[in-house]
Amino acid sequence: MITQELVLEEPHISQFIINKPLSSKINTMENDQKISSTTSASSSENTLMSENLNVYYGDNHVLKNINLNVKKNTITAFIGPSGCGKSTFLRTFNRMNDFIASFRMEGKITINGVDIYDKNVGTEELRKHVGMVFQKPNPFPKSIYENVAYGLKIQGVKKKSILDEAVKKALKQAALWDEVKNDLKKSALALSGGQQQRLCIARTLAVEPSIILMDEPTSALDPIAAAKIEELMEDLKKQYTIIIVTHNMQQASRVSDYTAFFYMGDMVEYSDTKTIFTNPSHTRTQNYITGRFG
Amino acid sequence: MQLEKELKTLRISLLEMTMLVSNQMEKACKAFDTGNREIAMDVITNERRINAIELKIDSDCENILALHHPVAVDLRFVMAAYNICSTLERIADNADAIAKYVLEMTGPVSEDIKKELRIKEMTDTAISMLNDALDAYEEESPEKVYHIHSRDLILNEINIQSSTKMVELIKKHPNEIKQLLFIFSTIKKIERVGDLIKNIAEEIIFYIEAKVIKHMYSKNLPEDKN
Repeated sequence: MITQELVLEEPHISQFIINKPLSSKINTMENDQKISSTTSASSSENTLMSENLNVYYGDNHVLKNINLNVKKNTITAFIGPSGCGKSTFLRTFNRMNDFIASFRMEGKITINGVDIYDKNVGTEELRKHVGMVFQKPNPFPKSIYENVAYGLKIQGVKKKSILDEAVKKALKQAALWDEVKNDLKKSALALSGGQQQRLCIARTLAVEPSIILMDEPTSALDPIAAAKIEELMEDLKKQYTIIIVTHNMQQASRVSDYTAFFYMGDMVEYSDTKTIFTNPSHTRTQNYITGRFG
Repeated sequence: MQLEKELKTLRISLLEMTMLVSNQMEKACKAFDTGNREIAMDVITNERRINAIELKIDSDCENILALHHPVAVDLRFVMAAYNICSTLERIADNADAIAKYVLEMTGPVSEDIKKELRIKEMTDTAISMLNDALDAYEEESPEKVYHIHSRDLILNEINIQSSTKMVELIKKHPNEIKQLLFIFSTIKKIERVGDLIKNIAEEIIFYIEAKVIKHMYSKNLPEDKN
C-alpha cells in the first residue's frame, strides 16, 4: 500500500525528496536503527504518540487537542460517527493529510520518539515504517507477485532470490500464500475482494513496516472475507502495531485491545476495549456504542 | 430503535414476573401462617404461569443477544435480566414447596411456636426484601439494594437459631414431630429465598453500577444507607 501511494501521489514526491534523501532525520539520526531496536522492547512501550494535536482544514478545526499513546504490538480501534475526525487522525500518522492544501497541524506526533513532522523527515522513509490498508482493496493491474514485490523493487532490491523470499514471507503473513502459491503470475485483479485485500496487506508487509494503519479494511468485504482479515490482524499484532478505523462496533470490540471514541474532533474516551464496551466512562460513548446516536 | 423496544419489552416482562413471584411468596407465607389450603392451592396453580414467563424471558434474552449484540449498560441489563429471571423462578419454586407443606400439615402453626421461632419476622423480612428488590429494579435505585444485604443477615440468624430451638420444641411436643419438621423445612426455604433475593440484588447492582459484588462479605459491601 505504501508503494501505491508513491505511485498515485508521484507529482508530490519531489517536495519530500528535497527534504528527505534518506539522509533524512530518520536515517541521519540512525532512527531507522532506533525504530528497529525498540521493537524488541517491552510490549507496554509507547510506539506512537500524539501530543496536543490540533488539525485544521482551513477554518474547520477537525481534531482538538488530541493526546494519545499507542502501545507497541497492540490493536487500537478508532470509532466515532462520520466526520468525527478519526480518519483524519489516522492519516496524520503517515502524513497523508499533507497533500490537502488547507491542512494545518499543531502539536506533535512521534514514532519511537522521532517527530514525524520534523522538516527533515521524508514521507517515503516514514511510510516504510507506517504502512496503510484502505477501505477498498486496490491492487495494481499486475501479477500477484509484482504487487507484493513492487515496494521492494522501488526501494532498489533487484536480487530475485531476495524478492522471492520476501514475496513468500509477506503472502504467508497475510494468510494468502496457500491460496495463490501456484498462481503468482496470475493478475491480482482476478482475485476475490477478500483475497485482494489480503494481497494489499501482503504488499504493505513486504516492506516490513512497524505500524499498520487500516482505514475500514473490511467494510467492502463479505463476512467470511472480513473474518479472515480479523483473524489475520490478531496474528499480525504479534509483530506489528495496528491502528484500525472502523464503523463496525462488533469488529472494534472483537479485534482491538484499545479503543478511542471520537466525536466532533474530540477524543472523548480512550481505554482498553473491554472497558469501553462494558462500562464506558462517558455517557456520549455509551450512547454511541449502544446505537443511540451516530 | 428496535433494540430499545426489545429492552423495554424485556423490562416489562421481568417486572411482571417479579410481581408475580412476590405475590406467590406473600401467598405462600400467608398460607403457612394461617394454614389456609385454598391459598396454598392457588400458589401451586400459579407456578405454571411463572414457568411460562421464565421461558419467554429466556427466549427474549437469547434473541436480543443474537440479533442486537447489546453492549455496555444494555448488555449488563440483558445479562442481569437473564440471571434475575432464573433466580425468580427458583424463589417461586420455594414458594411452591412451602404451599405443598401447607397441604401436608395438620393445621395452622400455633402462635407460641411461631413466636418462639420468629416466623412472622422471617416471612415479613423476606417479603419486604423481595419488594425492595422489585422497587430497586423499577426505580434503578442501588440504595435499596444495599439495604437488602443487611436484612438477609436477619434471616440467617433466625435460621441458625431455629435448629437449637427445634430440638427443644420436639422434646416438648413429641406428638407433633411431623408438623414441626414441616415448620423447620419452611424456615430453611425462607432462608434460601433470602439468599436468592440477595443474588437478585447483586444483579441489580451489576446492571446499574457495573460493579460485581458477588461473593463479597458484608463488611466489604458499601454502607447500608437506610
